[in-house]
Amino acid sequence: MEIVGLNENNIRKISKTKHEEQWVLDFRLKSYEMFKKLNMPDFGPKIDLDFDKVIYYKSLEKGLNSNWDKIDNNIKCEFASLGVIDSEKYMDGIGVQYESEVIYHNMIEELVEKKVIFTSIEMAMKQYPDLVKKYFSKIVSNSDNKLAALNSAVFSGGSFIYIPPNTTLDRPLQSYFRINSRGMGQFERTLIIVDDNSHLHYVEGCTAPTYSDSSLHAAVVEIYVGKNSTCRYSTVQNWAPNVYNLVTKRALVDENGTMEWIDGNIGSKVTMKYPACILKGDNSTGTCITISVATHEQNQDSGARMIHIGKNTSSTIISKSIARLGGNATYRGKVDIKESAINSKSIVKCDSLILDKDSKSDAYPTNVCRTSKSNLEHEATVSRINEDNLFYMMSRGIDEEKATELIILGFIEKFREELPMEYAVELNQLLKRML
Amino acid sequence: MLSIKKLFVKVKDKNILNDFNLDIKEGEIHAIMGPNGTGKSTLSKVILGNKNYEVVSGDIIFKKESILGLKTDEIARKGIFVAFQNPISIEGVQNSEFLKTAINERRENAIGLFEFVKEIKEKVKELDFSEEMIHRAVNVGASGGERKKNEVLQLSLLEPEFIILDELDSGLDIDSLKKVCEAINKYLESHKKTSVLIITHYPRILEYIKPQFVHMMVCGKIVKTGDYNLAFEIEKSGYSDTSVMGSEKENE
Repeated sequence: MEIVGLNENNIRKISKTKHEEQWVLDFRLKSYEMFKKLNMPDFGPKIDLDFDKVIYYKSLEKGLNSNWDKIDNNIKCEFASLGVIDSEKYMDGIGVQYESEVIYHNMIEELVEKKVIFTSIEMAMKQYPDLVKKYFSKIVSNSDNKLAALNSAVFSGGSFIYIPPNTTLDRPLQSYFRINSRGMGQFERTLIIVDDNSHLHYVEGCTAPTYSDSSLHAAVVEIYVGKNSTCRYSTVQNWAPNVYNLVTKRALVDENGTMEWIDGNIGSKVTMKYPACILKGDNSTGTCITISVATHEQNQDSGARMIHIGKNTSSTIISKSIARLGGNATYRGKVDIKESAINSKSIVKCDSLILDKDSKSDAYPTNVCRTSKSNLEHEATVSRINEDNLFYMMSRGIDEEKATELIILGFIEKFREELPMEYAVELNQLLKRML
Repeated sequence: MLSIKKLFVKVKDKNILNDFNLDIKEGEIHAIMGPNGTGKSTLSKVILGNKNYEVVSGDIIFKKESILGLKTDEIARKGIFVAFQNPISIEGVQNSEFLKTAINERRENAIGLFEFVKEIKEKVKELDFSEEMIHRAVNVGASGGERKKNEVLQLSLLEPEFIILDELDSGLDIDSLKKVCEAINKYLESHKKTSVLIITHYPRILEYIKPQFVHMMVCGKIVKTGDYNLAFEIEKSGYSDTSVMGSEKENE
């Protein structure tokens, strides 16, 4: 089935299809009211979207499976060719979303024994309503911004992860998102809870075929990192160049907790994404390492937000932007060290590499330090591919294209070394294809 | 092996090489000496096809074929290697990756990891480099001496047939210069057919790598050619000695 256009009736339809409880429907309808009140962001790239033409819901498959053989053969082949099925062996569990619904979820037996929960958000709302209610929409409220309100009204799919206290996973959990239809909107909603003294690495991948009409990906990701816990969230988004990728990602970090965003933006037409850490607990730490590559007609508006509330908190933002063939890769970030956050520190480092004169890379940093007992550093560099560097490399027999590639891969080395091996390899291939 | 014929080269309307002629045969070692700004370093960049230099007329023949108009990387792959006066640093690009890429560009099948590591470790040891330099970015944070050693490391891995040593001694103290020259001599002993062109201001380096021919270059052309002894004559009387020097002074 397919639901096109945005109105109360359609929202009720989505909810009914999913057999949701009343509280979920109420939340959707309230969010829709919020969506109507809020304006589009007053910063960043131009967004040319007709919300009435977007497909808000589409599903082909019936239900959620944990066996690829039960999934439609065409779709199975599609994910096989994307390497998703093969990647499962490197992971402790994977989830796969096709259009609006999560179609596949599986994890290793040990995690079931450890009482780890890894399922779709809809399933979690039915099976663990109290756990979901405790955190859902508490970190990203439906009044946060227009697109978060939209997601709250029409969300479908996305992962729910719960890691019980004192639990460490040996390998990452992965979700893979695929948009396949023209004019499709994907509004997944992810909620991750890493309870006290636990560790999680979550990996997210995404693709879509290219159409002339725009598609929309407006996700919300909420993460709670408990006391002494660590969560790492790695993404390499490779959406097709017709996708508006407008995503709100935020983590709330408790005492002694650590949140790490590893965020790569290669695809999409427009990306607006600023993963955030709210460092609420004392001694908590937030890191965001982000790369953006913008090529012809691409606008990557990305960065990070670090809000320091607890004492002795620290944050690091490393942003690497590459712009070529008229692309625009912009850093937009915010560090806010509140009065309460004494003895805190933050380091922001933004580097951009501009490959030709048609391309652009701007930086819009907002850095606020409200206490004299804390420290905030900001460093920024802009470089172009240096002719002398190219000549030197070519003088050793390396052709210009290869030399450029080596320089670019070198530029984002910091990011690559943080990715799991298979992803670093995939990223290299993606970048090579772009050059 | 390399033959430069009646070469005229300009940079931004300024003549740098004027009727430059040079002929170097297989296995020969030549030295070009000259004062600063006489076009010595231009020569190595022109041979490598650097786009900032405009060849007005003349030709450069390498192994019986003209290399004018070829791209820098094509010329390099034909077997010409320049050890630069001031090797630059390249942020983020590891020595190992850089060298492996350069080696693979010359091969049909990529070099095996084991073979590569073995070879590079051997060469690194010969040059007294610490092994961790393999994983450092090319020349980043390296001293003048380390950069020159890195040039020789690249040279010995890429096995060129024609080597240009451009002011090799600049930035090197006498001990480092000796060490680097020893490594080059060792290479030449096992590569008898390799030819060398040493470009230098001072004759010091020629004590370690002995040329059979010494050319004196002034104002973009060779004004005098002799044997090894010419280097020391020049040192004694200087480049301004009018008995050995041409009269025009139009350049740089």
